[in-house]
Amino acid sequence: MPGLEDLYREIILDHYRNPRNRGELETPPATRTEGFNPLCGDEIVVYLDLDDAGVIEDIRIGGTGCSISQSSASMMSAAVKGKTVAEVEALTHAFKAMMSIHESSLDAEGESGEDLPTELPEGVKLGDLEALRGVVKFPVRIKCATLAWNTLAEGITEATDA
Amino acid sequence: MSAASTTEPVAGFDVAKVKADFPLLQQEIKGRPIRFLDSAASSQKPQVVIDAMTTYYETINANVHRGVYAIAEAATNALEASRVRVGRFIGAPNPETEVIFTKNATESLNLVAQSWGRANLGPGDAVLLTQLEHHANIVPWFQLQAEKGFEIRWIPLTDDAQLDLTDIDTLLDGAKILALTAMSNVTGTLTPITELTRKAHDAGALVCLDACQYVPHLTTDLAAMGVDFAAFSGHKMLGPTGIGVLWGREELLDAMPTFLGGGGMILNVTLDGFMPAALPAKFEAGTPPIAEIIGLHAAVDYLDALGMDAVREHEVSITAYAMRSLTERFGDALTIHGPAEPAMRGGVLSLAMEGIHPHDLSQVLDEHAVCVRPGHHCAKPLMKVLGVGATARASFYVYNDTDDVDALADALADAQSFFTF
Repeated sequence: MPGLEDLYREIILDHYRNPRNRGELETPPATRTEGFNPLCGDEIVVYLDLDDAGVIEDIRIGGTGCSISQSSASMMSAAVKGKTVAEVEALTHAFKAMMSIHESSLDAEGESGEDLPTELPEGVKLGDLEALRGVVKFPVRIKCATLAWNTLAEGITEATDA
Repeated sequence: MSAASTTEPVAGFDVAKVKADFPLLQQEIKGRPIRFLDSAASSQKPQVVIDAMTTYYETINANVHRGVYAIAEAATNALEASRVRVGRFIGAPNPETEVIFTKNATESLNLVAQSWGRANLGPGDAVLLTQLEHHANIVPWFQLQAEKGFEIRWIPLTDDAQLDLTDIDTLLDGAKILALTAMSNVTGTLTPITELTRKAHDAGALVCLDACQYVPHLTTDLAAMGVDFAAFSGHKMLGPTGIGVLWGREELLDAMPTFLGGGGMILNVTLDGFMPAALPAKFEAGTPPIAEIIGLHAAVDYLDALGMDAVREHEVSITAYAMRSLTERFGDALTIHGPAEPAMRGGVLSLAMEGIHPHDLSQVLDEHAVCVRPGHHCAKPLMKVLGVGATARASFYVYNDTDDVDALADALADAQSFFTF
């Protein structure tokens, strides 16, 4: 049976206590995207500054949520800063694959009913984000972990359409 | 374990005996006895309710209101007996015609909005709600507003989440209906129904009561309250899911247009149209949830055997015990939203533990087999007023005892030490 220590790894609690890239960016030039978890009421705001070459120049996180959603957002912000949109998409895919082992339907591109491979695509490193692997043992919390990522994806679409 | 606990008397009835009637509560989760503190979401079911439904399926399962054979007649009789029984339980003057069976309270409230509201509301009218409302008593009015263009107003709250009636006369001026909860599912706030109904009627407005959290926990006399509609669900009052009730005044229900169309709700159908059936069939399209209606009858019998005054006494007592013991143990680190006086509220405690998100709190509580609910409880406008995104909600019912409260307190202490940095 999974224990709390599987879920609340030290690195997660660290990001929860000391969230990285917390704050706001001026809009425009940045975009502001809100994400909601309708189940628990968590709200997240992603401020995104994309440069002309499609590189995430800056990112800030606002909103409120539980330790899982907040730490996931914090780790995400650190992981995607300075990356190209293509790199971020690969990372997002890898993160969702990790989250979706027991719930592949969360991944829009995943084949329904099939477990996704746990191995990462070449060149993609999850780093600190690996700490969130334990969340899949608590299926109810997967949506907490993916909230920031879904909001980021929306934000990128907004920023690139703009 | 806290030492205070088990000898503390709880008024009302023998809770241990009651608990023994609920098979689900006999089990252990993660090696600990289950502490079910989420009855505001859905209650557990006593064996008699489960048995009543099983017996129906095993002995008289047949569609109602049509067959002439013996078991079809028995099923119809059982359904109609439940209608009358439920009606008596809530003080309905004419249970045979005024008790409408629906899927749940949400459908009941939608019926009022879509049928009465569609026929009676338009530009220049107002619907008055309160900031305590559940989404089920908000969204149906918004849906209709988009079509009919009336105004929606809100009765604000005081700091302890009671209705602030300072401007009630102004708010009621021009309102055609006041739709409000009898008891908040978040803060346990009991609203002054009789007083508000009198004021609403004086102002020419009807009153639609969301009685979901009230009917299961307090003696309900709708005729004495004076309201015009009332909605509640079976599954929050020891009955099964899938059965709800709308009660309405006969003359209002009679005048209202039909809601869902189909079999059972018609008097006649031709190639040119249909004529609706008389009450209550008029609002009961399709095969009803027969087993669930019979299960609800058994639930009402069970509650009446305990006595609703005793049920209320027990809940005030356990709520007072919980508020006192939690406050003593956690002090300012724990906020309990809503009225401070247990007699002013139902057995619903929305908790906020300093520095711990409700979702995380509930996760730790789950390790202790303590079942509470984190989230916005389908009352996002109220969450905004309370200044929080979510709460962890513990709610009590007839089978909860002080051991359950003590287990909650111990689990909260564990969460506190786990998340204290």
